[in-house]
Amino acid sequence: MSDVDWFPLLLSLRVATLATLVTTLVGVAGAYALSRFRFPGRGLIEAIASLPIVLPPTVLGYYLLVTIGRNSPIGRTYEAVFGQQLVFTWQAAVLAAAVASLPYCLRTATAAISAIDAGYEEAARVAGLHGTRLAFVVTLPLAARGIIAGVSLAFARALGDFGTTLMVAGNIPGRTQTMPIAVYDRVQAFDYATAGVLAAVLSTVAIVVLLVVRRLERTAL
Amino acid sequence: MSLRVDVRARVGEFHLDARFELPPGLTVLFGPSGAGKTRLLRLIAGLDQPTEGRITLADRAFVDRSERTSLPVHERDIGMVFQQPYLLPHRTVVANVALAADGRTRQDRRAAAWNWLERTGATPFAERRPHQLSGGQKQRVALARALAGGPQLLLLDEPFNALDLERRRRLRRLVRALVDETAIPTLFVTHDVDELAELADQVLIAEHGTVRTVADVAATMRYLGDP
Repeated sequence: MSDVDWFPLLLSLRVATLATLVTTLVGVAGAYALSRFRFPGRGLIEAIASLPIVLPPTVLGYYLLVTIGRNSPIGRTYEAVFGQQLVFTWQAAVLAAAVASLPYCLRTATAAISAIDAGYEEAARVAGLHGTRLAFVVTLPLAARGIIAGVSLAFARALGDFGTTLMVAGNIPGRTQTMPIAVYDRVQAFDYATAGVLAAVLSTVAIVVLLVVRRLERTAL
Repeated sequence: MSLRVDVRARVGEFHLDARFELPPGLTVLFGPSGAGKTRLLRLIAGLDQPTEGRITLADRAFVDRSERTSLPVHERDIGMVFQQPYLLPHRTVVANVALAADGRTRQDRRAAAWNWLERTGATPFAERRPHQLSGGQKQRVALARALAGGPQLLLLDEPFNALDLERRRRLRRLVRALVDETAIPTLFVTHDVDELAELADQVLIAEHGTVRTVADVAATMRYLGDP
């Protein structure tokens, strides 16, 4: 196993961790807004945020490529600020994994928050809590199990993303080649032995993460 | 300081019409299930909005539909005990009460919480989590939480319904003592005649969505005997 390149694993872990951070912030805030506020366009936002579940990853990747490509306003702004293009970098892989995994966190957290008995929040409001304090002291802890489940699903999805990442970050060994892409790459080269090792490692990491999360979920309350 | 209520609310087919004044002391709101008692408490607390009318406490308007103003729930300075205790399961008893307590620092709020837990007889289980308490213990904590913020109005919505007779009797005495001590205008909802007879300084009757004052317990008993 000494000749196996571990860069893809390390990159996958970094990409999945950062993507999950982004997904957690956006997903939980979005879930809170969707389940606690009524506003026009709410259904449309929910539908668009859920698109990554139903769209083929390549189509999602295409949209992302158009959105952050060198000729797009976002791509141009990024290049002006950071001095390099965004597409075909590991940062683009983070973005791809975050977008692909967002609906798993958002939908699970929305369901968890919506399922809370309104009486807890009402009792806390009468007791003087409101705004972000109400959210952090009452609502989010009561939905903790569901939120943790959503975040773990999002991590698993981010870790395993292939199509979207390939479209926006490419397959550059040592720079943007994540674990799932490395497995594909090795199979294309008929190097089944290395592909098998990489697949087994990725599966083990995923199982360990899910077991840890399960334990966290059980002790959340 | 008294609470003045003159509101109408319509929810689907149900019409609520309430007009009364709540002086300091203990007023019992009596009536059968579905008469609009809980709905009225929710209007006063600001958890629901009336269709028309106004609710004022001393010179503060909680809600005034003619002027389209409504004070947010957390600014009304109300203590409320619901039919269920709704204590946060992830916090200890004292932390639950401290959330509602007045005080600038965390220590101040915890000290206030301990003080109210002592006055409601809840100190022996102050460090426990809510799931480790009995129903009566939970409602003692809910009562401490309702009082910890220094409320100007206390609302109790059939708080002891789920308890056995002996616990109800003990908690009734506790409520009576606390209301006498704090002199907060208090509205106690019940459909239990014993509770009415033991607690009421003044009685409100709720019937088919109409809430009116019926003076005192004796008048209520005559009313109930010959409606």
